[in-house]
Amino acid sequence: MLSYTIRRIMMVLPVLLGMTVIVFLIVHAIPGNPAQVMLGQQASKEAIEQLTKQLGLDLPLHIQYLDYIKNLVTGDLGVSLHTKKEIAEEIWPYLAATMELSFVAMIIAIVIGMNAGIISAWFQNTWFDYTAMIFALIGVSIPIFWLGLMEQWFFALQLDILPSYGRDNVRNPVEAITHFYLIDTLIQGRIDQFVDVVRHLILPSFALATIPMAIIARITRSSMLDVLRSDYIRTARAKGAKMKVVIYKHALKNALIPVITIIGLQTGLLLGGAILTETIFSWPGVGRYIYEAIGTRDFPVIQSGILVVATIFITINLLVDLLYSWIDPRIRYR
Amino acid sequence: MLRKGLIATFSLLLVLSMALAGCSSSSSSDDILVYGRGADSKSLDAAVVTDGESIKVTKNIYDTLVDYGDDNTDIQAALATKWDVSDDALTYTFTLREGVKFHDGTDFNADAVVSNFKRWMSGDGEYYYYKSMFGGFEGDAGHVIKEVKALDTYQVQFTLTRPQAPFLKNLAMPVFGIASPTAIEKHGDKYGENPVGTGPFKFVEWKRGDTITLEKNEDYWMEGYPKLSKVIFQSIPDNQSRLNALLTGAIDLMDGVSPSDVAKIEGEADYQVFTRPSMNVGYLGLNVEKGPLKNKLVRQALNHAVDKQAIIDAFYEGQAEPAKNPLPPIIAGYNDDIDPYPYDLEKAKKLLKQAGYGDGFTMELWAMPVPRPYMPDGKKVAEAIQASFAKIGVNARIKSYDWATYLDLARKGEADSFLLGWTGDNGDADNFLYVLLDKDTIDSNNYARYSSDKVHDLLIKAQSTPDEAERTKLYKEAQEIIHEDAPWIPLVHSKPALGAHSKVQGFTPHPTGSDKLTKVYFK
Repeated sequence: MLSYTIRRIMMVLPVLLGMTVIVFLIVHAIPGNPAQVMLGQQASKEAIEQLTKQLGLDLPLHIQYLDYIKNLVTGDLGVSLHTKKEIAEEIWPYLAATMELSFVAMIIAIVIGMNAGIISAWFQNTWFDYTAMIFALIGVSIPIFWLGLMEQWFFALQLDILPSYGRDNVRNPVEAITHFYLIDTLIQGRIDQFVDVVRHLILPSFALATIPMAIIARITRSSMLDVLRSDYIRTARAKGAKMKVVIYKHALKNALIPVITIIGLQTGLLLGGAILTETIFSWPGVGRYIYEAIGTRDFPVIQSGILVVATIFITINLLVDLLYSWIDPRIRYR
Repeated sequence: MLRKGLIATFSLLLVLSMALAGCSSSSSSDDILVYGRGADSKSLDAAVVTDGESIKVTKNIYDTLVDYGDDNTDIQAALATKWDVSDDALTYTFTLREGVKFHDGTDFNADAVVSNFKRWMSGDGEYYYYKSMFGGFEGDAGHVIKEVKALDTYQVQFTLTRPQAPFLKNLAMPVFGIASPTAIEKHGDKYGENPVGTGPFKFVEWKRGDTITLEKNEDYWMEGYPKLSKVIFQSIPDNQSRLNALLTGAIDLMDGVSPSDVAKIEGEADYQVFTRPSMNVGYLGLNVEKGPLKNKLVRQALNHAVDKQAIIDAFYEGQAEPAKNPLPPIIAGYNDDIDPYPYDLEKAKKLLKQAGYGDGFTMELWAMPVPRPYMPDGKKVAEAIQASFAKIGVNARIKSYDWATYLDLARKGEADSFLLGWTGDNGDADNFLYVLLDKDTIDSNNYARYSSDKVHDLLIKAQSTPDEAERTKLYKEAQEIIHEDAPWIPLVHSKPALGAHSKVQGFTPHPTGSDKLTKVYFK
């Protein structure tokens, strides 16, 4: 297990390096000179040239890349061209906001999605199964953008029971410590604010959870069906074991492998969906941080932001692989 | 069992959200105004910003020497209580308000004014507005301000190299807000995140991409003002989400209401709509250096081919009037005698034939990717114009880029024709005609790359003529030539709408597009 883990971690390094090359090239392929954008449309040519030089943007691309990698290795994500602040420091509140949202969304997706899948499998071809799978089908194909606006319209505008945007009540803002507001409000014993934060989380996290929830439900169902058809389960059922026992004691662990893979993948994809959700719900997350940086051609922020997100994605996949091989040791030797 | 579990989960969520609904925003205080808008600011250093979203905030942090009226661009006292202008219009002596303090506790006085002007004049930073309003930086040939000196603690004297008619109107622009010299020195290149002025509100916090919080300046010089204890500028990029936020009471005032949503807000009992006086122009620029567009007759033909009223009815819900000049009618110098090019396809075809393009031609039509007050939906307007052009055999290919690229490439003259617009900064004709259509401003805001020596001479003369009647005459003449040369198809002067809760009182939308919230209060 240990050697597999090490091997698996070593494999991540070239992937990360490849990532940096791709991100660097894409970012530099975006048309528009950051110096121009920073100085505004009316800036003089001399001022733009001067700033371009100052930012090192006049150097050959490979030199710029090497500088970038050198800094990265020392943990330096660079400085935002725009705010002149360290990105490593600046990105954290946004990252925390996205992580909080994604985490809650994933919990919702797993809890509801897996349970729906399990029940659908057990009661295969019943009304519950059909209804759940129709919802799952709608769930995977529904555009988050539309769903988000519908949620706002129904829960915020018509019923007026939930806030339609943001992380907290701006009139009574949360004082950030860790920047995970659920934690921060609890540390400070501000139950009123905690409730506020939970209320703000509900709509965007459900919007974000919809697709993974639907996929998890479908995968759990089909995986569970496979397992339920196997001999040992049939034996258990024939012996009159209760559904709960059959599923949770015998079937679940075996049915879980594809589900875990899909959960890992979906968690990664969630980060992509988060950008849309963050836009509709004005959620100050890393998606919007990068999006705004693209608008101002803030190269260091774009490339470091994407890299951070990509690293999280790769890390999640790594963890899934490791978990996978722990559940089913045969996988390690493939 | 499991089914029960699932039902229980759903019920729990529903109950939870219902229960939590009861605890909603009970702690909100009534004198905090949340101003919802489409984008965040870029910097809060008033002198370096050029975007409206930054100015909206800085206008409330800083005061200028003189200010505009509440709903017009007439000049009134602000940090300067009075001013004397010499007969040759070359010397301006300002008497400053006494006892005013910057938010950091330092004194506002003549030295602070001199220090601010020295900073801008030096041209060390990119003080775009200083450069464009005052003809360059210190040492430049066209620089208008020869000297700024403190006569005593509360008297400042400006000496000009030549008379500049809109001088006071320029000084009133929010970008010339007087900042604390101590704070500028203290924060260096991070000053833009730590702004200190003398204005009605003090800067508290900036969460990038999210909120900017300002609080009441308790020592504000205007007796009894400001009324609000806090102002929070909240960026909500999506128009529909912003509207939802308004209608759920999460924000109190909403900027950038889509014309199609105006009726909806008006239909709600507890909400009101504010209409900003129109001081803008939306237009289709025709690059006079490109292909068939080099020919004046072609440009005139295209002018005849656009049905402006139809565009207004379709995309502005009537919240605009058709434009015939680059200037909106509220600006002094507007030439109302100009006959607009009527929508006349036959005439257009005839002109094209006369120009040698009887079989038509192909060109690019650039559509703005972002909504702006003067152009709520660039893509749809572009499509409408494209359809019109097709009727006279002109095949317009619609192109669009992200906003920064769009401006960058258009500025370099890469667009054949492009949708754009302008909101006036100071209510002066110079701020439209010179800035947008003078040969000096090619490679800057003159995206049509229109160059006319006659127009240039008129505009420069108007700049240095103190006599308003004479200036009006010069501007009218310039508009005639521009109309004839047709470097643009002027489309509309829109009336941008804002939505607000009915408890918001004392708010007057300013024609410049940025509002001072000093007098706003809650009913």
